[in-house]
Amino acid sequence: MSNEHNDQGIPISAIPTTTGDELETPEDIARFRELLSKAPRQAMAFQNSGMSRRRFLQLAGASLALSGFTLAGCSPSPPPEQIIPYARVPEEIIPGRPLFFASAMALAGYSTGLLIETHQGRPTRIEGNPLHTASRGALNAITQAAILDLYNPERSLVVRNDGVESTWDEFTAAVEGLNLGSGAGLRILTDTIGSPTLASQIETLLETYPEAQVVQHDPAGYDSAVGGALLAFDKAVETVYNFAEADVVLSLDANFLADLPGSVAYARDFMSKRKVRGDATTMNRLYVLESTPTITGATADNKLSVRASQVESFARALAGELGIEVDQNVGNTAWSDMWFSVVLEELRQSGGRSIVVAGPNQPAVVHALVHAINAELGNVGTTVFYTDPVLPFPVVQAEAFSQLVEDMNAGNVDALFMLGGDPVYTAPADLGFREALENVAFKAHLSLYLNDTSVQSNWHIPAAHFVETWSDGRGYDGTASITQPPIGPLYDTVRSAHQIIGLLTGETASTYDLVRAYWEGEYSGGDFEAYWRRAIHDGVVPESTFEPIPNSLRADFAAALAEVEPQEVSGGLELIFRADPAIFDGRFSYNSWLQELPDPITKITWDNAALLSPATAEELGISREDVIELQLDGRTMQASAWIMRGHPDDAVTISLGYGQRFGPDEDSGFNFNAYSLRSSDALWFRGGLQVSNTGNSYDLATARWHDEMDDTNPIRNGTIEEFVANPTFVLDEETDPVVSLLPEWEYEGYAWGMSIDLTSCIGCNACIIGCQMENNIPVVGKEGVSAAREMSWIRIDRYYVEDEAGDMQTQFQPVNCMHCENAPCELVCPVEATIHDSEGLNNMVYNRCIGTRYCSANCPYGVRRFNFFQYTDEAPVMREWRNPNVSVRPEGVMEKCTYCIQRINAARIEAGRENRTIQDGDVVPACAAACPTQAILFGDINDSGAAVVAAKAQPHNYGLLDSELNTKPRTTYLARITNPNAALVGSGSGEEE
Amino acid sequence: MSQIFNPSTNTIARLSILVGGLVTLLLLAGLYIRDQSVYTRPVGIAVEQPVRFSHELHSGQLNIGCLYCHGTATQSSYGGIPDTHTCMSCHSQIATYSELLEPVRQSYEDNTSLVWNRVHDLADHVYFNHSAHVNNGVGCESCHGNVEEMPLVWRAEHMTMGWCLDCHRNPEEFVRPADEVYTFGYETPENQTELGFQLIEEYGINVDHLMSCGVCHY
Repeated sequence: MSNEHNDQGIPISAIPTTTGDELETPEDIARFRELLSKAPRQAMAFQNSGMSRRRFLQLAGASLALSGFTLAGCSPSPPPEQIIPYARVPEEIIPGRPLFFASAMALAGYSTGLLIETHQGRPTRIEGNPLHTASRGALNAITQAAILDLYNPERSLVVRNDGVESTWDEFTAAVEGLNLGSGAGLRILTDTIGSPTLASQIETLLETYPEAQVVQHDPAGYDSAVGGALLAFDKAVETVYNFAEADVVLSLDANFLADLPGSVAYARDFMSKRKVRGDATTMNRLYVLESTPTITGATADNKLSVRASQVESFARALAGELGIEVDQNVGNTAWSDMWFSVVLEELRQSGGRSIVVAGPNQPAVVHALVHAINAELGNVGTTVFYTDPVLPFPVVQAEAFSQLVEDMNAGNVDALFMLGGDPVYTAPADLGFREALENVAFKAHLSLYLNDTSVQSNWHIPAAHFVETWSDGRGYDGTASITQPPIGPLYDTVRSAHQIIGLLTGETASTYDLVRAYWEGEYSGGDFEAYWRRAIHDGVVPESTFEPIPNSLRADFAAALAEVEPQEVSGGLELIFRADPAIFDGRFSYNSWLQELPDPITKITWDNAALLSPATAEELGISREDVIELQLDGRTMQASAWIMRGHPDDAVTISLGYGQRFGPDEDSGFNFNAYSLRSSDALWFRGGLQVSNTGNSYDLATARWHDEMDDTNPIRNGTIEEFVANPTFVLDEETDPVVSLLPEWEYEGYAWGMSIDLTSCIGCNACIIGCQMENNIPVVGKEGVSAAREMSWIRIDRYYVEDEAGDMQTQFQPVNCMHCENAPCELVCPVEATIHDSEGLNNMVYNRCIGTRYCSANCPYGVRRFNFFQYTDEAPVMREWRNPNVSVRPEGVMEKCTYCIQRINAARIEAGRENRTIQDGDVVPACAAACPTQAILFGDINDSGAAVVAAKAQPHNYGLLDSELNTKPRTTYLARITNPNAALVGSGSGEEE
Repeated sequence: MSQIFNPSTNTIARLSILVGGLVTLLLLAGLYIRDQSVYTRPVGIAVEQPVRFSHELHSGQLNIGCLYCHGTATQSSYGGIPDTHTCMSCHSQIATYSELLEPVRQSYEDNTSLVWNRVHDLADHVYFNHSAHVNNGVGCESCHGNVEEMPLVWRAEHMTMGWCLDCHRNPEEFVRPADEVYTFGYETPENQTELGFQLIEEYGINVDHLMSCGVCHY
């Protein structure tokens, strides 16, 4: 090792020049190495701030002098405080102890069950509901982060009438003054309706106004799945997969680990077949055909990048080979024949234990073909099930929406009620929704924030957050839950969709009564009260999960297929749209946790970018962060270019949801709105894209580079064959252990440790949000991320690794504080602010910390985070989400993962009360609780029966930098084991042929 | 031109550096002593309250148990100030026309909280848990003093970190049997140290861990 180290303890000479990462070109890396060698990472950020050394010293002197004044003036005791007890304590509340309420959140029509933690009535945290099949205790990042929207000070708080503050009563009067007749001119435009109660209200509405129409519009919904079912079965059905029974999975552009309504459950089931333990000899195999690199592609054993328009021809060929009557010679068939035949062979041999799954971004015909393929393979009934539709109104939304715009243009719409969403912003550009809206006399819009649609409407009604209003919904498998509000509305102006429909039907009952009445009507047994209480308490309506129904292809399937216009083969570039992994269709753009959540693959925060492959970028003369102009059908937008490995050539991917005219997006001077290129007949991809370089550049803030450890062999990986042949292969590369002169410290009593299974980690980011919410972690903004000042205590490193055969793999590694037994950070702290405790935790004592940052400079894992500013000075309402059991850290203080010590202490006190020791499973850190695949295990490593001990005893267990630095980390990893098909090794998986 | 400074200025300059340093040190030492001193903390000063509730009367003379009003102390981090409803469970029958109780009746009627002045206030970076203490043999009296003799409550201890650590370091000198936790005027038995070690065993207290920072600061 060279003597020169950067601040993460990595020898500078070892910082690689070839990371196998093409987006970071050798010049970039050279530039980065130069910066690193000059200054530690945080000082690098200081250099960027434009402050000179002289100025810094002046300020430092001044602040020292000031601190002298304040020190002299400070009072020895804290200022007087008051204690305000309840006048009458509500039932169940014990001040100081949290209460949990079961509830559910709907996204694009499908609900996920959750538990909401409240402290004396204040919701602080969303966790998964273990009893709900769509959650099983875990949640994705979006659902967890949704709590932040409740407290967002940007929420709309007043009713507006043509922009002027108004009241609900005035709105009511205006609605009552409408002459709706039989409803011929009445239209309701909503998000996908998932609530059975709302559906029954709408049925009542349609009885009152038989000629009214209800149109659903979800810009990133599941239209093609509905269309596919109609095409294949001539009726709407729900497709439910059982990944726990599948040995082979083929994904046709389906990011099923993240993007489907049942993804959290699917990820758990899928990974249950990949828990490689000592005696394992087999695991399932995942083939992924994808048009944009996703976490599912990263998890794949064999991946093929194709353009989105090529997936259909692949599906057609697959169906054709399996004996389904279909025209195979259409579309773009330029995919790898070898790949095709290998996959086909493996699916044939799976004996009904495989799954073929199509993505929501693929057209209906692909979904229909996949239904036929699954039937042909014998999967239906073992791994693929059909149930009644979960959505009350399963229709192809795009058609109805186009019809609505036509009606509006024809002057047939007099009153339009828009419940949620932002259709002016999200409508396909070719429809001209914004202009059509001008033909409607009465426009009312319900939304959480003031957005583009609100300002185009006569009436804007602030919407209630789901945490503050009653509702209900169904999960991906039909499991129903009641959305129970643990808190009343924060503002008395807010209303829910139930109330708007109620206003139209003259319903006077409260939303609670409506929901209750609906379920009472559905229930046929005795004692409804007990049933209802059980449903609310558990968060799951008993026995509401849908049973599989027998289902077979329509008789005229071949004829129906033949009628489908094949995908047109277009020349030139292809534009691929996708829902943003963090802010979805744009509805979470006000959510700063999600904005700052790094994209799973590119690690970009706060922005979208035009993703394109290195070869395409070179061909077009585009470099990273160039602003390029995308032109499609005569419409244009701009985007900052991001060169992404594994992206198919001749295609550009762009995320929806950014570039809102009204909203938190700063005016960048560019149009980053991907909806402005979207057309109603090609919602997800379209050929004929023209790209030109504008010559401008726009900086993107990426969390990549800041802490990763490419040179240290951080992820050890191998195939299942290698593992079977040599279970301890991960240790082969280790150098001899460093021998210490000091005796080993013996930990008696509890000794906390963590195990992270890299085979199971799908890089979904759920742990990051879980941690952020539990530990009061602030956001730092785009500038902060650019300056490497992000605060998250757990990060997920993403590496591109090229194996010997030249195949590229995308790998994830969650990194939190390792709680090293020989912690380098502790040795250098001058004030003992970070020290070891008797249970092996590396404690961080905030009130001792003076902010020298020596510890972070000496941490080889780069997990320490420094408060460069007072990040926690938020609007008063934003303080309400904070966990009262974790200190809020001020400016100038170092912080890092504590293994959720507040939960350890709570478990210790609880166990003490019951006169027992802490049992395995009593302490679950927030990251482990959120993890859909149970990749993170935590417990007492002195407890021989603990799950974490069993994991650490595996032959492929290793400690990061342990053999190099003898840090003895308490967090260890299980090596990443994959199961690629040997026939495809070296075929350039990840690259197009 | 003659020199502005006399040669002796050199000595003065050197001395001033020394004196300046000394003065700074003294100043800092003074501040530190002031900060740590019990005399700058409001110990032994009764705090005025909106209702002149007397522990001397309720606890001392009437012998009402601590947990009747502060029941959450055994279950929660929070010792718990009783709700108005608890007060009125007796005072709807006793002293119903007392003027002193007017704010309590008002609170009960309007369903608005009484606002009490806090007496024991630890720094915000300390997580103190009542249940962890009262369930492990730490008497109420050990921190709150003999409230049975307090007409209005005052702070009995200065509650600096050093004072906390006195017990965390040597809990055997302070722990009581479980049935003496709520006793006031408890007299430490002669064999306290011996009994203390025995009790620590019974309560299952991990003494090593009591000195970890993360027990109170996180």
